[in-house]
Amino acid sequence: MRRLFLALAAGMILALPALPVAAQQAPAPTQTTTPTAPISRPTSGLAAVLAENAAAIAKPSRQTIGPVIAAIGAAGPGAPEFLEAWADRRVGQRADGRFVLLAPAPEGYALSDPATGQALGTAPKSEITELKPNSGVRGLIASALVEFQLNDPDPAKRRAALDALARNGGPEHIAPLRAAIETEPDAAIRAAKERLEGLLTIRHGSDPARRIAAIEGFGSDLGLDLRGALNPLLATTRRAFAGAPEGNIAAELTPGRGDFDAEAAYALLVAQDMAPARLTRAALRAALEAHIVEGKVGGIPVAELDDPARRDAAYAALETAGLVPPAATDDEVAAAVVAHRYADLYAEPDAAVTDAARAALHGIETTVGAMQVADLALDALSLGSIYFLAAIGLAITFGVMRVINMAHGEFITMGAYTGYVVQTWISDYTISILVALPLAFAVTFGAGVAMERLVIRHLYKRPLETLLATFGISIALQQIFKNVFGTQARPLTSPGWLDGALMLNDVVSISYIRIAIFVLALIFLGIFLWIMTRTRLGLEVRAVTQNPSMAASMGINPDRINMLTFGLGSGIAGIAGVAIGLFAKVTSELGSDHIVQSFMTVVVGGVGNIWGTLAGATLIGSLQKGIEWLNPSNTLAAQTYMILFIIFFIQFRPRGIIALKGRAAGD
Amino acid sequence: MKPGFLAKNPSVLSFLLVLAIFTLAVTLMSEAYGAGLVSTSMVKTLGKTLTLCLIAIAMDLIWGYTGILSLGHFAFFGLGGYMVGMWLMYARTREIVVSSAAGALPMTPQELQDAIATQIFGVVGTSELPAVWAFAGSLPAQLALVVLVPGVLAFVFGWFAFKSRVTGVYLSILTQAMTLALSLYLFQNDSGLRGNNGLSGLQNIPGLDGVGQDALSVWFLWASALALGLGYLLAHFVVSGKFGSVIRGIRDDEARVRFLGYSVENYKLFVFTLTAIIAAIAGALYYPQAGIINPAEIAPIASIYLAVWVAIGGRGRLYGAVIGAAFVSLVSTWFTGGRAPDLPLGFYTIKWVDWWSVLLGLSFVLVTLFAPKGIAGIADWLQGLRPPRRGGAPLGPGDGSLQEKEALE
Repeated sequence: MRRLFLALAAGMILALPALPVAAQQAPAPTQTTTPTAPISRPTSGLAAVLAENAAAIAKPSRQTIGPVIAAIGAAGPGAPEFLEAWADRRVGQRADGRFVLLAPAPEGYALSDPATGQALGTAPKSEITELKPNSGVRGLIASALVEFQLNDPDPAKRRAALDALARNGGPEHIAPLRAAIETEPDAAIRAAKERLEGLLTIRHGSDPARRIAAIEGFGSDLGLDLRGALNPLLATTRRAFAGAPEGNIAAELTPGRGDFDAEAAYALLVAQDMAPARLTRAALRAALEAHIVEGKVGGIPVAELDDPARRDAAYAALETAGLVPPAATDDEVAAAVVAHRYADLYAEPDAAVTDAARAALHGIETTVGAMQVADLALDALSLGSIYFLAAIGLAITFGVMRVINMAHGEFITMGAYTGYVVQTWISDYTISILVALPLAFAVTFGAGVAMERLVIRHLYKRPLETLLATFGISIALQQIFKNVFGTQARPLTSPGWLDGALMLNDVVSISYIRIAIFVLALIFLGIFLWIMTRTRLGLEVRAVTQNPSMAASMGINPDRINMLTFGLGSGIAGIAGVAIGLFAKVTSELGSDHIVQSFMTVVVGGVGNIWGTLAGATLIGSLQKGIEWLNPSNTLAAQTYMILFIIFFIQFRPRGIIALKGRAAGD
Repeated sequence: MKPGFLAKNPSVLSFLLVLAIFTLAVTLMSEAYGAGLVSTSMVKTLGKTLTLCLIAIAMDLIWGYTGILSLGHFAFFGLGGYMVGMWLMYARTREIVVSSAAGALPMTPQELQDAIATQIFGVVGTSELPAVWAFAGSLPAQLALVVLVPGVLAFVFGWFAFKSRVTGVYLSILTQAMTLALSLYLFQNDSGLRGNNGLSGLQNIPGLDGVGQDALSVWFLWASALALGLGYLLAHFVVSGKFGSVIRGIRDDEARVRFLGYSVENYKLFVFTLTAIIAAIAGALYYPQAGIINPAEIAPIASIYLAVWVAIGGRGRLYGAVIGAAFVSLVSTWFTGGRAPDLPLGFYTIKWVDWWSVLLGLSFVLVTLFAPKGIAGIADWLQGLRPPRRGGAPLGPGDGSLQEKEALE
């Protein structure tokens, strides 16, 4: 009952402008029904409405059909389906005047009754007159349908209708939407309806006071849809005026101030046909070429025309001879530019609305700016934790042992490939990651120990040679990876529960995988600190680092300690490889892509101190994100400037952010 | 009468003789001027190898003699190539534009420049000539820039690095960062040097359309040989006098040299800048023979390979650097060119295209471990030279100081 009433009310609103016309037309339909075929007249329902308005339905016009659609809408069961079919051109009229729904069938159309849905057999195409409402009428039908969909008992259909309206809602939808708010039982859908009503009012409303109220009603909302509704209101067009600017002026412009120069001002005048076009170089050339007479243009030999001044002179000569249209000279251009005024005009005529929109948008932008800074900080933190993970192994081998390991990047790659291989064995991603982490540690630990035993042990006193030898290993390993795994990227898939992102609002979001990496980085920081300060191994490592011979006389085996330390650093690189492989492509270049940043992290942070590495990773991460934010189109430039910054940073703090002091510094 | 420079250093004379004989032999076997036994592409490869030997000499000066392991000298090499490539490309495009000009009127300078810019920068979507191309129309200006741009860059970089006493592996990483930054910068389209497309068509020398590539390749071989000879002389002159003693002293014990009153930073800065200029000249000769240059050429890996060549050849010996660069780059060309026969092992066939890098990397490790003197060590062995007995101690505490096994002279 309530639904019927609502539909009626909505129908009334729709019908209001068309009422006088409809009153005149109302008696007409009954006259045109075919008198030869007696039709059993139903007394109520859709069938009755259809029968009553048969002529108007058969030949609808935008001016008169409003009340008919309203009446159909109020007619009860079958009405929405009929309207839908009508808009889709699936309604036909039989020879006896009865309206039927059509469906394609082999022998023409399969017919069904619009009111009851009951099948009426088939008919050849020649016996049916298809109804073809024009686009204006279809628009009216569609808005009447929206009303049905917005009040549909099925919440999913109501949501779908709202989504459709959010995409392409128009001024005609505001009224049915407003009507549908009060009766909405579902609180969430009701909120969505209210929000959409506000947006549609901002966009298409006719009453300025209501639009301003709607704009202000959103308060501190940050939604993209709100910004999408506000931005078109503030769209401006630039126009030139002979006198004072008219319209809703956004800003009056003075040529030569800001980025609006005299050139642009004149182009505007030309575009508005307020001044003759300036001669382009190409047009000048074409005009001159068209008037070559006996090797001369306007009395000037062609050979001299490689000089722009001579070309102008030739054109002026042609102009006086009346052979070419006059073109604006520089003086005329300057005069024309000065003689006019220029302004940016809002497309929206009402100044109050644009003021409100601008204030709202300004507020939103301020908040969004703050949120973006927060988002950037999160990004920087996550990038920093990736660098930290990649660099922590290096901080051990380089920072603690002073051994530079250029193959560190390849250990990262090795860890990532270990993860890939494990995933080919174990199909469950969660289990495979849990297996891959310790396995990657084991594999790279072994590789690190082997490398230390075979190569690095012999080069402890020659750091530059270590650099080169480990670089040789790096070349060899990288090529071996290429030979074994191919050059294309291998997938390392993260478990399902790491998919997606934590959305704080429309601006601030962070993917779960980055959170996981951040947590992993924290765990490793903890493990490293625990090993170095709380275990026997850490004590011995620190002793060997400070003074190997003294440590040896205390019964520590420096050889063994070096081997274990190097293995530990390499093993952590392997785990970092698994983590990095989860979001980066696993290729043989994975490690070398990160190695320079890792070195930077360690060097900037200061060697021999894990807190320094942490500070370095944070600094480099935020620096890179910050530069990317300043110049978002160009990540290459960001890296370039970051490296330049680091080169300069090293000038002022050559020992890094946290420099060791005293004997521990080693020199 | 005091003996002359060459008389005091017979090794220089023999090097120049070998170089001259080699150049003459290649010329007589070339397609343009001789029997045609050596193909034009081979002549180009040999010419390129000579320029690589020249940059290896520069690397040996900075690393083998001064003890600064620079991992950025290919940046200067590439910059030299870019500077000469800009003129080659600009002048060549101007020839094409002028010869294919349509229309009855002669072009104004502005129109000519626009047409050239459209031709060159069409691939990166602009038609403006960037400011860095301001001198591209003039050969003398660009040749001066070949020396000036890398020289100034090296001077500024070295000024900052050496004045703040960055040494050892820190300096190596810093130079590597420099070359990485430069290559990343050049990779951008708006750097004004055609982004990752680089400069191409450099093998066509403007104004020499009548001369075929076969003759041009031999001319470039001569130019490269001349540059190598002069570079060798210069380098030998630098390292043989008192100056050479000072920089070797810096390599072996920097602090001691400083306490003796020498301005270590200025010496380092001079050597760094000088070697950057030598590298740039080598690059300016290399890229017209290669025909194309792009930012990938100056990626950090290239500079590390340079260190590999010098290490395998034998650092601290000028001829060692030359031998290393020639040997490794030629062998590398042979292996990666697909001409080396596959090695069947029964269960697996080793394709050298795939495995050459592995072999190079591992042999590099072996050379570092067991033959720090490199290939040049053979020459010492033939001359019966023995390293001094210092009980296993290095000659100095510095990171770059020579070890007992490699210390001679």
